[in-house]
Amino acid sequence: MKTNNINIPISKDNDGESIFKFLMHELKPKGKIFTPFNIISVPIILIGIYLIIVRFIFGIGSVTNLTQEVPWGLWIGFDVVTGVAFAGGAYVLTFMVYILNMKKYHSIVRITVLNGFLAYVFYAGALLLDLGRPWHVINPIIGNSFGVSSVLFLVAWHFLLYMIAQLIEFSPAVAEWLGARRAHKILSGMTIAAVIFGITLSMLHQSGLGALYLMAKDKIHPLWYSEFIPILFLVSSIFAGLSMVIFEGTISHKVFFNQISEKNLKAEKGILLGLAKICAGTMFAYFFMQLLVFIHGKHWDLLSTPMGHWFLLEMLGFVILPMLLFIISYRLNKILLIRIASVLTMLGVIMNRLNVTVIGFRWDAPIRYYPTLMELVVTLTVIFTEIWIFRWVVNRMPVLRESPSWAKKEK
Amino acid sequence: MSLDRRTFLKTLGVVGLSLTVGDVLASEDKKEKSIEFYGVLYDSSRCVGCQTCENMCAMANDVHAPDGKPKTGLVRKTDEGHRTVINSYNTSKGEVFIKKQCMHCNDPACVSACLTKAMYKTKEGPVIWRGEKCMGCRYCMVSCPFDIPKFEYFSSNPKIEKCTMCFDKIQTGKAPACTQDCPAQALKFGTRRELLKEAHKRIVEHPEIYVDEIYGEQVAGGTAFLYLSPVPFNELGENTSLQNKSYPELSKGFLYSVPSVFVLIPPILLGIYEATKNNKNKENDENE
Repeated sequence: MKTNNINIPISKDNDGESIFKFLMHELKPKGKIFTPFNIISVPIILIGIYLIIVRFIFGIGSVTNLTQEVPWGLWIGFDVVTGVAFAGGAYVLTFMVYILNMKKYHSIVRITVLNGFLAYVFYAGALLLDLGRPWHVINPIIGNSFGVSSVLFLVAWHFLLYMIAQLIEFSPAVAEWLGARRAHKILSGMTIAAVIFGITLSMLHQSGLGALYLMAKDKIHPLWYSEFIPILFLVSSIFAGLSMVIFEGTISHKVFFNQISEKNLKAEKGILLGLAKICAGTMFAYFFMQLLVFIHGKHWDLLSTPMGHWFLLEMLGFVILPMLLFIISYRLNKILLIRIASVLTMLGVIMNRLNVTVIGFRWDAPIRYYPTLMELVVTLTVIFTEIWIFRWVVNRMPVLRESPSWAKKEK
Repeated sequence: MSLDRRTFLKTLGVVGLSLTVGDVLASEDKKEKSIEFYGVLYDSSRCVGCQTCENMCAMANDVHAPDGKPKTGLVRKTDEGHRTVINSYNTSKGEVFIKKQCMHCNDPACVSACLTKAMYKTKEGPVIWRGEKCMGCRYCMVSCPFDIPKFEYFSSNPKIEKCTMCFDKIQTGKAPACTQDCPAQALKFGTRRELLKEAHKRIVEHPEIYVDEIYGEQVAGGTAFLYLSPVPFNELGENTSLQNKSYPELSKGFLYSVPSVFVLIPPILLGIYEATKNNKNKENDENE
């Protein structure tokens, strides 16, 4: 089937001579400059950069509200822990498409992997801002300072390795953009290995992010602490990631409408219905596990406290409700309902991650931690910068649009 | 003494084993044989709250002199400038003082949390921080059940501050600064084994003074600092709900599962991949 998009030149099949010129040309912005997103994001990014400079000169305390009792705040709890959960869509989709061979979802794999890759680069990169002595960040990777008994050691290594795996998974798109046929062939051949490696890594570090908090047994509210945090984090990363895929797809379809082929536009509905089913299923499993953990924890008395109400709201309003919406939506074929459910699910995941890492952490402390406006601005800076790069890549490489014909023939 | 003979035989056995069986077993035995953790026994029934230990600590470690005196109702905390503090509590037996500093756990959460081995349990017992390795992630602070490691939030080159049991002094055969000039002899430095014996002796000889508990004997898997008190420890602001298992035990299960996942998951995925591969042609026919 021929689509109009194939005719858009991504890159002329260059033979290596014009590559520099081509890159210089591609670096220039495409499209309108004064879009609402740009008008909002640019000032925030500029303020954020200023705050980051302040943070490196005067210390973390000059920008954040972190205390000696609450050493990890918004930058870890939201940027890293929540951000990585949302990036879980990449390993779930690569599992479905490459391992289970579900061709139906192939058209959204690239954009999901790109999204996941950038999420890791930026959100895990945000970790550098939170490190007091970031110039030593290399210590657990090279040298003789391997703290192998640390969960964080495992998570750090997995972040690094998974970023490489995702880069390999995405690299054929780069090769198609550059018109590098030979590299494309080699890189495409590495996909399956990268996928298998990536799924294994993801399972371990998605749960590992929860395992980080296992030693903080006395600091986390008992309704959110259990020895099953790692498994709960792993299961919830599945629907967190897929909800992100649904949400991001909704926006991409509006913003990058002209890049998507008719065939893929038509396929969208089927894809969303499929994802809704998976979300509903995993959310049921997740809720059931939460229920078991709750019953075995014997914390009925805590339900009548304010934190208990908050817990009930999370479980009923942001797990059960979106799960039911997902079920109803695929029964009734309602796409809008899927989108609403995905937003609710994402809110629920944010709530859950923040409850473990920030809200429920030292919930009994006399002085509670709450993030400063500056912390929030830096977090937004990270997110906006990621979206800028994301947009730059999607506008240039065959992420949503069809691959060039030579790359297709290769298969 | 029979114990001596036993130790002697054990040593003989260890030498024999290490010569014949090799490194692994020998190093395991070495732990039992030669490493004797040092510790400090703090007797709060003797402490008069004079803050000599605080001052000695500040001088020896070049940190801030104590600000303020212990006052009932006011909980002073260790921070990035103060490695130890004395607090006063109004208890069922009147005013009782208690010292706070790093407990130097036998199996410290902060050490197992550290991904660069900056937090380090020395074989002499003190838990120390090594700046050349630390990347400032503060995971030690998240993990420590006693909230001991403190971070310099207002520095561009921040350090983690905590009591080191004056490891530099211990290496040269001296006692930690805080134990040296205690006028009430509330602080006693020695090997943990001796101090435990001494603490039990004091409880047995003076049951009218002490509660029958040594804080630090069991808590968090045992700590190098041992506390005696005339009142239950929750009256002195100690968290008595801490577990007696060591804290690294909590994440052990997860860490042990990692190799299994790494071994089992990839072949399973590869198997499924191979099994579903044939569908490819069928689907392609439909699509093209």
